[in-house]
Amino acid sequence: MESKKIIYVDNAATTAMCDEAIAAMAPYFKEVYGNPSSLHSIGQIAKEELENFRAKIANFIGAEQREIYFTSGGSEADNQAIRSAAMLGEIKGKRHIVSTNFEHHAVLHTLKRLQKEGFEVTYLPVDCNGLITAKQVEEAIRPDTALVTVMFANNEVGTILPIKEIGEVCRAKKVIFHTDAVQAVGHVPVNVKEQNIDMLSVSAHKFHGPKGVGFLYCRRGVALKNLIEGGAQERGKRAGTENLAAIAGMVAALRIAVENMEKNAKKLTALRDKLIEGLLKIPHSKLNGDRLCRLPGNVNTCFEGIEGESLLLLLDAKGICASSGSACTSGSLDPSHVLLALGLPHEVAHGSLRISFSEENTEEDVDYIIQEVPKVVEYLRNISPVWEQLEKGERPHLI
Amino acid sequence: MALYSEKVMDHFTNPRNVGKIDNADGIGEVGNAKCGDIMKIYLKIENDIIVDVKFNTFGCGSAIASSSMATEMIKGKTIKEALELTNKAVAEALDGLPAHKMHCSVLAEEAIRSAIKNYYDRNGIEYDKSKFPEPHGDEHDHEFDEEE
Repeated sequence: MESKKIIYVDNAATTAMCDEAIAAMAPYFKEVYGNPSSLHSIGQIAKEELENFRAKIANFIGAEQREIYFTSGGSEADNQAIRSAAMLGEIKGKRHIVSTNFEHHAVLHTLKRLQKEGFEVTYLPVDCNGLITAKQVEEAIRPDTALVTVMFANNEVGTILPIKEIGEVCRAKKVIFHTDAVQAVGHVPVNVKEQNIDMLSVSAHKFHGPKGVGFLYCRRGVALKNLIEGGAQERGKRAGTENLAAIAGMVAALRIAVENMEKNAKKLTALRDKLIEGLLKIPHSKLNGDRLCRLPGNVNTCFEGIEGESLLLLLDAKGICASSGSACTSGSLDPSHVLLALGLPHEVAHGSLRISFSEENTEEDVDYIIQEVPKVVEYLRNISPVWEQLEKGERPHLI
Repeated sequence: MALYSEKVMDHFTNPRNVGKIDNADGIGEVGNAKCGDIMKIYLKIENDIIVDVKFNTFGCGSAIASSSMATEMIKGKTIKEALELTNKAVAEALDGLPAHKMHCSVLAEEAIRSAIKNYYDRNGIEYDKSKFPEPHGDEHDHEFDEEE
């Protein structure tokens, strides 16, 4: 294969760290290395820095300092928020949870586990554009509802949900509202006060911060249970010595992301829209997720008659690193639960491609993708017996 | 690229025997679009020898590579030899497949058997039906679906 430039367009999976985040971490390995729980000066310096970081994080999302709990990432924050609300609900005899059928697995699998423990979960069906309404949430809430958990933005199809309105409904019904905001924070405006959010999960590596760190926002007045037993870190809600270097990296990355949000969103939206337009010129292709109500950097399309993993690998061979909701990439044989939730038939959902940009991407990247994807799709269609049947009319085109 | 062996990638990106045979003597199709893979195999048979073989596959990289390798392994062979081809042999020839992709090699074996059965049926050749079980088709193993 010819030597080639690598175009990384899988930023919904993870991002490269920004220089500012890398630089921000350095002092916390050998200079400010103390344990914030230690009483001596070295420890107390670390403690002071930790609390400064907490205040900064709080400020970025419109929260108070004491409402931020550092975690190992989004999955832990999701687990803790949901389990905590469930445990507290149970004490009051509330054993019902409202969610959607296209959440991230960190949420879905936690809910599945709770169902095994006797909780009842209503999974609101998203519509064909990957959206739900606050009214759906309102109608699903019962007197015994302990929690509503709805993602801020979907990781596969990029749709942005009506979080503020859902939060309003939950406030009025006095039900705790958690949102998995892993794909949203640093990319779209998030303000927990204005958006009526009680609990919110965040992961740093989705906005050019380090992996293995994130945080949970939990509104003052909403009790939080700890999942990890041990020391009294994080006000007794999350044991384990704080990873100050990673937290420093997260703060720096989030600062850059928030400062540049408007500019980046504008740039990414232009790249996104150009790519959508280019890819939809391929016959029997389809955009997944609402056209407008979506993350600035997300494009998710299906191409009929082909399978996503082979598409992905051939694009990789051309230097394009993207993702697929395809079964084959994940080790499961069923296509993405998100695409199925949008109502796509299995055979169509298998042929999906997700491109997720960061501000590092350029218009040249988009041009190259628009040039290469149709070739790969055509190649795979030419060797696909499904495509042959579609073309002969032996199988109806579904998109 | 650790997902697949170099051989899998080679057969995936440069598949051998892709295409169709217009006057095929036997055609076999297995799999299901819902499950994400379909293999279709065309055989040209002369005097019990597979003189030509072509395939079309809808599926992941290992499905395409398995089809390519399997067709290469039976080309020029007798029907008897082709029937002895196992999915394991296909996977081994590809320097291995990830555990959750082994079903792709099973599909390749089944597609060949299905094409030979079709040849027998067309020509009224007697055969031991127990040796040609119905391909998994609609319900091939989904044992990797669920965690836990």
